[in-house]
Amino acid sequence: MIATEKTVSGQGQVGGAAENAPVAWDVARVREDFPVLAQTVNGKPLVYLDNAASSQVPQVVIDRGSRYLQEEHSNIHRGVHYLSQRATTAYEGAREKVRRFINARESRECIFVRGCTEGINLVMHGYGRKFVSAGDEIIVSAMEHHANIVPWQMLCEEKGATLRVIPMNDAGELLLDEYEALLNERTKLVCVMHVSNALGTINPIKEIVARAHKQGVPVLVDGAQGAPHLTIDVQDLDADFYIISGHKMFAPTGSGVVYGKAELLERMNPFLGGGDMIRTVTFEKTTYAGLPNKFEAGTPAIASQIGLGAAIDYLNGLDRRAAHAYEHELLDYATEKLTAIEGVRIIGTAREKVGALSFVIEDVHPHDVGTILDQEGIAVRAGHHCAQPVMKRFNIPATARASFSFYNTKEEVDTLASAVQKVIEVFS
Amino acid sequence: MSELSELYQQVILDHNKKPRNFKKLETANRHADGFNPLCGDQLTVYMQFEDDRIADVSFEGSGCAISKASASMMTQSVKGKTRAEVETLFNEFHRMVTGELDQETTPNNLGRLTIFAGVREFPARVKCASLSWHTLNAALAGEDAATTENLGPDITSEQVSA
Repeated sequence: MIATEKTVSGQGQVGGAAENAPVAWDVARVREDFPVLAQTVNGKPLVYLDNAASSQVPQVVIDRGSRYLQEEHSNIHRGVHYLSQRATTAYEGAREKVRRFINARESRECIFVRGCTEGINLVMHGYGRKFVSAGDEIIVSAMEHHANIVPWQMLCEEKGATLRVIPMNDAGELLLDEYEALLNERTKLVCVMHVSNALGTINPIKEIVARAHKQGVPVLVDGAQGAPHLTIDVQDLDADFYIISGHKMFAPTGSGVVYGKAELLERMNPFLGGGDMIRTVTFEKTTYAGLPNKFEAGTPAIASQIGLGAAIDYLNGLDRRAAHAYEHELLDYATEKLTAIEGVRIIGTAREKVGALSFVIEDVHPHDVGTILDQEGIAVRAGHHCAQPVMKRFNIPATARASFSFYNTKEEVDTLASAVQKVIEVFS
Repeated sequence: MSELSELYQQVILDHNKKPRNFKKLETANRHADGFNPLCGDQLTVYMQFEDDRIADVSFEGSGCAISKASASMMTQSVKGKTRAEVETLFNEFHRMVTGELDQETTPNNLGRLTIFAGVREFPARVKCASLSWHTLNAALAGEDAATTENLGPDITSEQVSA
């Protein structure tokens, strides 16, 4: 089932690669890096197509986490002793790796959080609660994950502000003219996802940011699905906030990043109060630490964040241009295979897509699809993907979603397609 | 595939395609909405409850094959039964789908509902089978809503030991 070396054509729009340059991707070699993939489920080889929910962890990341726990564990930023120094060095080293990975100007602009949800809530509390007031408006898009809707709704409710929604077309593409019309002097923040977890759409973030900045409005980008599949350059995007979940890019759960422009982070309120985020504390008044500590109260997920650093090292060791092109080709192949099956409908047909392929089968509920696929060893997500407004927009209760990574193979896509056929047979 | 064919038996597929008592009950004097926030399944159970007995019962809603078939067969099983009889049935059904009751060795009142025994092999689907029952229970108790999140865990013994 493991494919040999493949030659795929480069995709210029993905990762800024050169157009049409041939790239080689040795998927069999890459699969060896991920021990979890070499197992059987229900007697069948595991076909892991739930990468948009959480990606798998390469051995080098597992080893780095183990080494930390075996040799370096201690609390950071506190002790003068040897182990605390080592833990601090590794933790801060991971931050510098993140900085380079997303091309932030300074590592203090990279705040460690547990994941995107916590990251967006950090900005809601730190920025939103300080700068949004009654009558103001916050713009989100119609395809957002609940994590980029609910915090803003909570804020609007608290402040008497209004949530505005950028609509999308039937393909799952945001309508930029409608977006432009929503921007006005009351707009305080625009919050959009880079890549849709439910539809796979790649949003034109640079364009979205440019239009907001014309009105002086900052933009928060939910990069949960962007960071694993695209080359991220926060300076080029000119995003004011870019949020990352480590566990969706080959690191352990509990790791993640809020990138924020230093001048914004400086002006914001802290998020959680506690140890490590202070300069001085008296019962009369507390003054806060500088960046990034101001936003990192308490003992963080040290091992997980060091793991994120190791995952970045791992990605840097790959030919990422080839990886992106290969992922693109896999998605195209899967789209072609599933579209060819009668009764299958793809949800999300944007021109620019990556990672996720949502589909529905006529007269079969996605949960039943998920169960039958699981019996074939195939892991997909079935449900609303924490994007109930997206389901409502397409007038469906849920979808089944196959989501790909560079370690998936065309043979796995074939297995998916035959299993989908089987679902149709069971329900015929 | 044996566990799978055990789950998706013809009777279940048939009830999924043609759910029985699938309508709003005009004579209902009690009803409750059931919701599984995990998957978005939702249904409404309508009940005409008289003299401590379910005189008539129906349901509406959307969900997977398991939840629809379970609701459909539930309405057939509980029609005409007293509150105590329904409570016993719910208890037995719940214990069967979570693997606590072996319907083949333990005497029970489940009858045709034993067709759902296969659900116990699919822990992720236990809530699908029990949503309609939780909702029926809420309607019986005079509540107007049930969700699978605050009705106690539908956890199988296998999950606890994992």
